Amino acid sequence: MSFFQDPVGAISALISNFLYTLLPQAWTALIMTLLGVVAVSSFGLIIVIFLIWVERKIAARFQDRLGPNRAGPYGLLQTFADMVKLVTKEDVIPAKADRLAFNIAPILSVVAVLLIWAVVPFAPGWIGTDLNVGVLYIAAVGSFGILSVLMAGWSSNNKYALLGAFRAVAQLISYEVPMLITLMVPVLLARGMGMVDMVKDQTVWFIVLAPVSGIIFLVSSIAEIGRTPFDLLEAESEIVAGYHTEYTGMKFGMFFAAEFLHAFTVGVLFAIFFLGGWRGPGAEATPLLGVIYLMLKGFFGYFIVMWVRSTLPRIRIDHMLALNWKFLTPLSLALLILTAIVEKVFEGNAWRVPALLIGNALILIVSYYFTRAISRRVTKERVTFKKRPVAKPA
Amino acid sequence: MTAEQGVFLFIGFVTLFSAYTMVTRSNLVHAALFLIVALFGVAVIFVLLDAGFLAVVQVLVYIGAIAILMIFAVMLTQDNASRDQESMNINYGWAVLLSALFAFALIVMLGQWQDIGAMAPTLDAGRDTVVELGSALVSPDGYVIPFEVASVLLLAALIGALVVARPQKKGK
Repeated sequence: MSFFQDPVGAISALISNFLYTLLPQAWTALIMTLLGVVAVSSFGLIIVIFLIWVERKIAARFQDRLGPNRAGPYGLLQTFADMVKLVTKEDVIPAKADRLAFNIAPILSVVAVLLIWAVVPFAPGWIGTDLNVGVLYIAAVGSFGILSVLMAGWSSNNKYALLGAFRAVAQLISYEVPMLITLMVPVLLARGMGMVDMVKDQTVWFIVLAPVSGIIFLVSSIAEIGRTPFDLLEAESEIVAGYHTEYTGMKFGMFFAAEFLHAFTVGVLFAIFFLGGWRGPGAEATPLLGVIYLMLKGFFGYFIVMWVRSTLPRIRIDHMLALNWKFLTPLSLALLILTAIVEKVFEGNAWRVPALLIGNALILIVSYYFTRAISRRVTKERVTFKKRPVAKPA
Repeated sequence: MTAEQGVFLFIGFVTLFSAYTMVTRSNLVHAALFLIVALFGVAVIFVLLDAGFLAVVQVLVYIGAIAILMIFAVMLTQDNASRDQESMNINYGWAVLLSALFAFALIVMLGQWQDIGAMAPTLDAGRDTVVELGSALVSPDGYVIPFEVASVLLLAALIGALVVARPQKKGK
């Protein structure tokens, strides 16, 4: 295999052969693992620089602006300028803050996102580690993100930060439920939780077999990263900036980077679970092409996230919770049951794909008419303030 | 000493240390954070035992759900979340007695166990532990009855929570 078809394989073979002449086998394996960790997490952290520029540029086009265009060609160096600014800013720790939790929280928020990249299959053979419980692992490391939000909000000793943390946890824990249930659908279709098998089994992309599940996954993921329309946790018109109100300089920068990287990670996960991961013409033979396909699909998912973000306004907190518990969760449960039954009945049958599609369409139609009928029957309670005496000049 | 034993010793020390710190801290949120470190240490020990599924579930359930709900409850119930409190109460003596008894019983039981010095057998490469666990949970020869009983119990808890949280009808 030539260098250009599989550069990572070629370089790692080169380094491990070189190390093998100097060190015993066990040490070589350890150093190679550490190098892999450094490579994957550096990839994640470096791509953030590019992501911030892309997001600012695209959001600007949506809002009929130009976006960053001064530093470097097309404003490409704007993020570097921002980074230098963030690093040189004064690092303020509030006097009554809990120093330990305050300082660990930003690190944890970045780590929680980087941990997901350990199980991302970039291309055939390019994966940090192929866990047989990959899908559950992704859900599990997500809880560190929730933890970092809670720690940041509490340790700042600021009521807006704490309010933001409360909102964040209510939202993140709630939206984990439909997300996990929908993730069971690709697991059922792929007959396993490993990420490598998940991609290998997608001769037909799962978005074709389970379109509604794909959409639910995307919606609940947008809620998980706390982006508009689910950005109640940092609603600046209500609670300043939410849980990271008190953070300055690079500590704020880390929350910022974690959010952008998480948004892109969601796009990549959507690509892996529903858009066939690295699959594409010629990807089996040339891993480098697989990486390009995965990144293109990942950016497509990221683009949807940005698109929604620049189009929709923020939703109210009760609507946010109602959407989750009264609509997404029952719908995802119904889809899971449907997929399980159809997969069993049409196992190895040519009718499997049409049956799944028809089932999805039926569930979508039924849920549409059902919710419409219910929303007509329920009388909406008007949310108003109590009558307050108006202040009059004496 | 192999690398695995080294990792085990380190993780064991961290787990015990954070468990001790958790009970002695006067700040409740700090105690909960150290509890999370201890639970994570247990998850790492599961990984060392080749029980990947259990490790992930440990993180998902204990850290992702239980510990976070605990911190949430602590933050909501204390008027000032950072106020320190006395970490010992009147049942101090009973707790010492009970845990000493429990530790004694554990040590005696583990001391009588023949296989305590045995090394963990290496698993065949072809066997998928998750598949075996899954089929054991639903097979009639396996754990289908405990599994179903636990499911019914959880369903009952879910409905109970719904009933408790239902808004009271006006006029009652």
